[in-house]
Amino acid sequence: MVSWRRRRRDEATDSGAGSAPFESDIDLIDSIPIPLGDPLETALVSLGRPVEVSELEFDSPALSTIRQTGVEMIVPLVGQGELLGVLYLGHRLSDQAYSADDRRLLNSLASQVAPAMKVAQLVRTQQTEAKERERIQQELEVAALIQHTLLPKDLPSIPGWHVDAFYRPARAVGGDFYDFIDLGRGRQGVVIGDVTDKGVPAALVMATCRSMLRAAAQQEVSPGKVLADVNDNLVDEIPPAMFVTCLYAIIDTTGGEVVLANAGHNLPYVRSGDGVVELRATGMPLGLMPGMTYDEKVYQLGNGDVMVLTSDGITEAHNPDHEMYGFARLMGRVARKVKSGDVCGAIVSDLEHWTGEGAEQEDDITLVVITRTASAEVAATAFDDDSADETLATFQIPSIEGNEVLAIRKVAGLVESLDLLPTDVERLKTAVGEAVMNAIEHGNEFDPDLSVTVEVRVAEAAVRVRISDHGGDKEIPDAETPDLEAKLAGDQTPRGWGLFLIEKMVDEVRSDRQNGTHTVELVMNQKGGA
Amino acid sequence: MPDDGFAAVIEPTKSGPVIVLSGTVNRIAKELLEAAYEEANSIEGEMKLDFTGVDYINSTGIAVIVGLLARARATGRKIGAFGLTDHYREVFEITRLSDFMTIYDDADMAK
Repeated sequence: MVSWRRRRRDEATDSGAGSAPFESDIDLIDSIPIPLGDPLETALVSLGRPVEVSELEFDSPALSTIRQTGVEMIVPLVGQGELLGVLYLGHRLSDQAYSADDRRLLNSLASQVAPAMKVAQLVRTQQTEAKERERIQQELEVAALIQHTLLPKDLPSIPGWHVDAFYRPARAVGGDFYDFIDLGRGRQGVVIGDVTDKGVPAALVMATCRSMLRAAAQQEVSPGKVLADVNDNLVDEIPPAMFVTCLYAIIDTTGGEVVLANAGHNLPYVRSGDGVVELRATGMPLGLMPGMTYDEKVYQLGNGDVMVLTSDGITEAHNPDHEMYGFARLMGRVARKVKSGDVCGAIVSDLEHWTGEGAEQEDDITLVVITRTASAEVAATAFDDDSADETLATFQIPSIEGNEVLAIRKVAGLVESLDLLPTDVERLKTAVGEAVMNAIEHGNEFDPDLSVTVEVRVAEAAVRVRISDHGGDKEIPDAETPDLEAKLAGDQTPRGWGLFLIEKMVDEVRSDRQNGTHTVELVMNQKGGA
Repeated sequence: MPDDGFAAVIEPTKSGPVIVLSGTVNRIAKELLEAAYEEANSIEGEMKLDFTGVDYINSTGIAVIVGLLARARATGRKIGAFGLTDHYREVFEITRLSDFMTIYDDADMAK
């Protein structure tokens, strides 16, 4: 509110005599704000006309200041019941009182100025808001760029597995992320997470967390320890009141075993032939406090099993009646098989049906779906079509010397009721023992954290035993007939009988190497005739 | 089956020393078997390995026996074996170990 007054003729000025009479007589009054709720505001809106200060017979903080500055007349600028501004006038230059004409003139002036002032205020507000919107938009674009850059460009291609992911950010970019980490030796790391907050701060925390996870995943074999490491590092880096929920799983792509740990994220679901189960592992979100520990959950994924990892943007989405999509509905959707195999698409479609057409997405939506496929992809390996096989069992053995006997015992028990000759059972046992020994020693190099997977399948006329290790990157020598004379003469090592024995013991031996996994298939035909 | 450990006990007989083996013959058996061989080597006659109590022989065990045969061959010592199951007898034939050691059908024939 700009105000002025004319100095009274008898008032002295600091600049003294000789100054230009008109200009030196004008003394601008500093803006005197009228706080919202001040009784003066109410009085001016109510009066809606020029008023002399002497007419106002009440006290208020603003009025006290006005009286001290020598203001004589207040002209309120009122529009639509709102005090838009005020003109403060001092004494008339003539020292006469303001006349009725003066008041009419001032009133007319106020009625014309008020709308113009309203327009000016609106323009200024819109300009400020436009600048703010532009700033926010730029920030969102930066955040989206960070997220887009860090999310995986490609999905992992793993024989025997189908991996799919879906990510759709909300309009105000959130902090969802997912990642796939190839840990080598047939182990695949899978991450899904959500950073609290939105925009650039969330995107930066996501980038930091992702880097920490990738670094820790290469150092630690335990998902729980990985999350504990990341948590301890993140606590020092993360802004106050921010945290990250995160689920980290390691999948043994050879045997199907999943080990996962969870830092406060949505629990994953697995659909198997027995229905849907929730893989429950608990732990505090990352970045809240140091020294946290994280439970681990171990689950064996069988052929055809589907594991679904989600963010809360799905479960916490609302329909027009303000009901949440919820865990039960998600679980029900996961339970229903999808003919096309597009589980991601089916869940997103169901969610969109729930929220309604054109509804604004409330939060980021992230989905990772991992399916252990049945025989289709295995058939593309070096092995025969096994689609008609029956899988008797699949089991894992830690890579510890001597553990081949566990495989021998298990296989012997499994084939007991089959139509194998007793001599062939003994031969198969020896071949299995040798193949598992090779897998433990050469494939997995006695690493107890790596398993040898044994799968026993029965076909119409044969038993197939598949033994897989993590040595898919290594060259496997061909079986050669050992030179016993050279060995007895001390010219060769006495060892080197394993592959030779395997070939001699069973009807067929095949091997295959894919994506870090080496598999030997032992085939024993059923010749019992029972 | 393995995990029963391995033992080698020397039993002198009229025809020569018998090393009575039991348990699992694998890489781990090497030290005990070589020690038994050294001890039995001082006894006259054909040395025989009694496999009656052996439930599992793997390829590393085959290598241990090959090493033993190499020692015997170097000194011209004859080695025989008995008590093998049909399966391990087949293994000895496939690996041609039976070409370098006499395989007896039973203990009576061996002793």
